[in-house]
Amino acid sequence: MKQKTGLGQYIYIVWDYFYSNIVTLVKVASHTFTKADTVEYPEQMPYLAPRFRGRIVLTRDPTGEERCVACNLCASACPTDCISLQKTEDESGRWSAEYFRINFSRCVFCGMCEEACPTYAIQLTQDFELAEYERQNMVYEKQHLLIDGPGKHPDYNFYELSGKAVSGRAKGAGTQEAEPVNLKSLLP
Amino acid sequence: MSPVMYNLLNVVLILVCVVFGAALLTWLERRLLGIWQDRYGPNRVGPFGTLQIVADMIKLLMKQDWVPPFADRLIFIVAPAFAMFVVVAAFAVIPMAPGVGVVDLNIGLLFFLAMTSLGVYAVMFGAYASDNKYAMLGGLRAAAQMVSYEVFMGLSLMGVVMLAGTFNLRELVLAQADGWFIGPQIVGFFIFFMAGIAESHRTPFDLPEAEHELTAGFHTEYSGMKFAMFFIGEYVSVLMSAAMITVLFFGGWLGPAWFPPLGWFLLKTMALVLLMILIRGSLPRPRYDQLMSFGWKFMLPLALVNLLITGALILI
Repeated sequence: MKQKTGLGQYIYIVWDYFYSNIVTLVKVASHTFTKADTVEYPEQMPYLAPRFRGRIVLTRDPTGEERCVACNLCASACPTDCISLQKTEDESGRWSAEYFRINFSRCVFCGMCEEACPTYAIQLTQDFELAEYERQNMVYEKQHLLIDGPGKHPDYNFYELSGKAVSGRAKGAGTQEAEPVNLKSLLP
Repeated sequence: MSPVMYNLLNVVLILVCVVFGAALLTWLERRLLGIWQDRYGPNRVGPFGTLQIVADMIKLLMKQDWVPPFADRLIFIVAPAFAMFVVVAAFAVIPMAPGVGVVDLNIGLLFFLAMTSLGVYAVMFGAYASDNKYAMLGGLRAAAQMVSYEVFMGLSLMGVVMLAGTFNLRELVLAQADGWFIGPQIVGFFIFFMAGIAESHRTPFDLPEAEHELTAGFHTEYSGMKFAMFFIGEYVSVLMSAAMITVLFFGGWLGPAWFPPLGWFLLKTMALVLLMILIRGSLPRPRYDQLMSFGWKFMLPLALVNLLITGALILI
């Protein structure tokens, strides 16, 4: 407040007390006619951004196989250690998870697992309605996490471009792979 | 109907309506504050959320009725009842319409002032009996604030009394038949309005229970129905201030005949309550020393000058 003396200060204080307060009253009262920002949630779904991070799912590749190769990168990236899994290998040489468990009562939906995943297997979805009456029901097993579709990257198939030999198929035989280079050859 | 029955009916109906109205006011205030803050407020329970008060009541009744072991038990229990009692007792003298009103005292205005002055004891009892530092600070503030705002609350009404020449509230209303006192006594109205807000310690004069500094001020230790008594007491005193302003400055039940007198009274009271809620919704809380200096250095001189000028004009 500007320092004045005597009557000037008195008048200034009165002005300060009343004028600004009356302006405030009028402005607040004018909000009677503005629309409320509230989204009445259960009846009306809020807008969710395309990259909203909700319930975690495990996706499948275009051929319908599980994308997860049980590399454990998601579990090690997880800041709350809510992911736990065990690797297993079938006779064709594909790796997959023997069990895959996410404890959603610990998950903070940070999306680090999705960023760490080398095969786009683990993805976060738009679903946030995860309430349960029993705490144990917050622990999702693999059969709860797996979905039927490919999720966000419909064409991606790890085994078609990684160069790993599986299902009796040789290295470089995948649709998106080049033939292996013969390092010992001098031909161009 | 015999006069005794009529009076009894009057008493019971007014008591029920006042307490119920105060409870409904908690809902109304939350709705209006919501609207002014661009949200809805409680709109889930019942039509427009009006049954929210029932839900709140059930919640408060279900709560444990806890008296802290360090509290002064007797005073701790008496204080909320006292808070409720004084405001309801002050309501007794308010004339609502011809034939509607509990008691018609010759010194109605003085009785009203006396009862509101007693209100400070409820706050002080509660604060003292809680034996809690926040309650202590809240009680100190409440005592200082209410005592100093009491001074010019009384003075601001003397102009009205001089104009009407009576302390009887019914005669005060009838004296406004050819012009409400809001006109000649606009300054008195302003001072009384401010003092009324300060007396019911609501924002911006809610320093005794300033949530952000003192958790809940003098009723920090209260819970359940005891808390509800303080809470409803505050809302009854809001209604009381509004009703009193209506009686003293806005001509009480007087109004065009196409609306019943009681309707006019309620309409004017409601408008003033809305104004009080609007003030709560918009103005910030001053610092404590600012509040006191505003009271003593501005309001008190203003009340005295108003009194002086009114007296001079009457003499001329």
